[in-house]
Amino acid sequence: MNAALPKISIRGLCKAFGRKVVLDGIDLDLGSGESVVVIGGSGSGKSVLLKCVLGLMEPDAGSILIDGVETVGLRGEPRDEIGRKFGMLFQGAALFDSLPVWENVTFGLLAQQKIRRHDARGIAVAKLAQVGLGADVCDLAPSELSGGMQKRVALARAIAADPEIIFFDEPTTGLDPIMADVINSLIVKTTREVGASALSITHDMASARKIAHRIAMLYQGAIIWAGPVADVDASGDPRVDQFIHGRAEGPIQMAVRA
Amino acid sequence: MNTLQLVGAFALSFFAVVGRLTLFGVEALSHCLRPPFYLRSIGRQLIDIGYYSLPVVGLTAIFTGMVLALQSYVGFARFSAEGAIANVVVVSITRELGPVLAGLMVAGRIGAAMAAEIGTMRVTEQLDALTTLSTNPMKYLVAPRLIAGVIVLPLLVIIANIIGIFGGFIVAVYKLGFNPANYLQNTFEALHVDDVVSGLVKAAVFGFIISLMGCYHGYTSRGGAQGVGQATTSAVVSASILILCFDYVLTELFFAK
Ligand SMILES: Nc1ncnc2c1ncn2[C@@H]1O[C@H](COP(=O)(O)OP(=O)(O)O)[C@@H](O)[C@H]1O
Ligand SMILES: [Mg+2]
Repeated sequence: MNAALPKISIRGLCKAFGRKVVLDGIDLDLGSGESVVVIGGSGSGKSVLLKCVLGLMEPDAGSILIDGVETVGLRGEPRDEIGRKFGMLFQGAALFDSLPVWENVTFGLLAQQKIRRHDARGIAVAKLAQVGLGADVCDLAPSELSGGMQKRVALARAIAADPEIIFFDEPTTGLDPIMADVINSLIVKTTREVGASALSITHDMASARKIAHRIAMLYQGAIIWAGPVADVDASGDPRVDQFIHGRAEGPIQMAVRA
Repeated sequence: MNTLQLVGAFALSFFAVVGRLTLFGVEALSHCLRPPFYLRSIGRQLIDIGYYSLPVVGLTAIFTGMVLALQSYVGFARFSAEGAIANVVVVSITRELGPVLAGLMVAGRIGAAMAAEIGTMRVTEQLDALTTLSTNPMKYLVAPRLIAGVIVLPLLVIIANIIGIFGGFIVAVYKLGFNPANYLQNTFEALHVDDVVSGLVKAAVFGFIISLMGCYHGYTSRGGAQGVGQATTSAVVSASILILCFDYVLTELFFAK
């Protein structure tokens, strides 16, 4: 895996909002076919990290190589081309509430003109089946679905265009433990099916253990530990231990103001 | 010293907002001119902005025309120049009140709705989701609203003009006892192409302002439900003020020699 070119290679990534430094020199690699989960407390900058990689936010400094191509500062058509390799599952699902489920699922395919409009509904049914949903949800509005079903539809939308890299932003937050496990299994299954690499962020350790090959911990703007998921219990870093066991006492002091 | 600082800070933030707004407007305009064009969205906006605003705009127009006739009768009766009433109604409606009142009503209805819709999309990350699905939110959401606003406001104003003048006619004939044929003839004599066209140009500008303000405040809204609420208020207030402001500027351009 190390010999091949990494799908994503992040070096020295910095991002601050005003005087508040959120990311302070992030180094992280994502190999081809690999699933990396970044863990960290709320407000530690996990979403900001993801948005920088996705190009939704401009980093202050550092480099993000996608398949060896520098994407920091990249704009226009080259940026769009990189963007077409991505699929993203947002924390709150972020389904378009003005469109029915089937149009949500096929939105990216239609936008890239990979399919024609009158085929879209049938394709949506197939994509929904991949995440265990029946054709009966096709014509519902997103607001008519439960949180777990919204996440599934969002997952179907994220994988619809067969992306090379899929990003997951706290995929299990706000779900009951059983639904969380269903989503985790779907993530593992669908990522494997489309043969994608995955970069996820979460603060849910059960989720991280299930979907990760490698875990990296983000704390105070830097990756303080990274290693295979099997090693996370023996990291030797008290901050990682505190986080994965969810203890209030320890080296990590929760800031009241995130 | 403190007052100076205050004035300075205010001026700085004012120009910062104007700058951001200009950049936003220019970018949005550039998307209006480059494909792909989302005809489906434009059509939906035309119906939302135009068709559903008809009742509000129509009611506003008819009462305005009626009150114009009544007021000018009170004024002109002293000079026994009742024939001038048709003239007053036609000129004020076509030049001023048609576009301005339609603009203000649509600003309240549509500016707020646009800011709320796009603002909600911003805080629920739907705008980011658009970007990750190979769709530029400026092109997909903002451009169709701008185009629809510019097209539909003049159409609304044509209808408002007709209804407003008709309102004046009703009062003149049924309340003030004018001869309908004479009043109609006076009306047509008072109707000038320049006046109507200037009103329609104003309407197009107002349509642009309403959509731009609605989209801008929605697009830049921050911080959950409260931020969206603030965005809707800002959209309506800023659109209304800009409409009145540009009304003066355009009148000056058209009619001041
Ligand atoms: N657009 C923004 N403007 C200002 N501050 C932001 C913005 N986005 C995130 N932040 C700040 O960055 C920090 C990290 O946020 P985030 O990445 O969302 O945390 P999390 O790890 O919970 O996903 C937070 O303190 C947040 O207030
Ligand atoms: Mg987050």
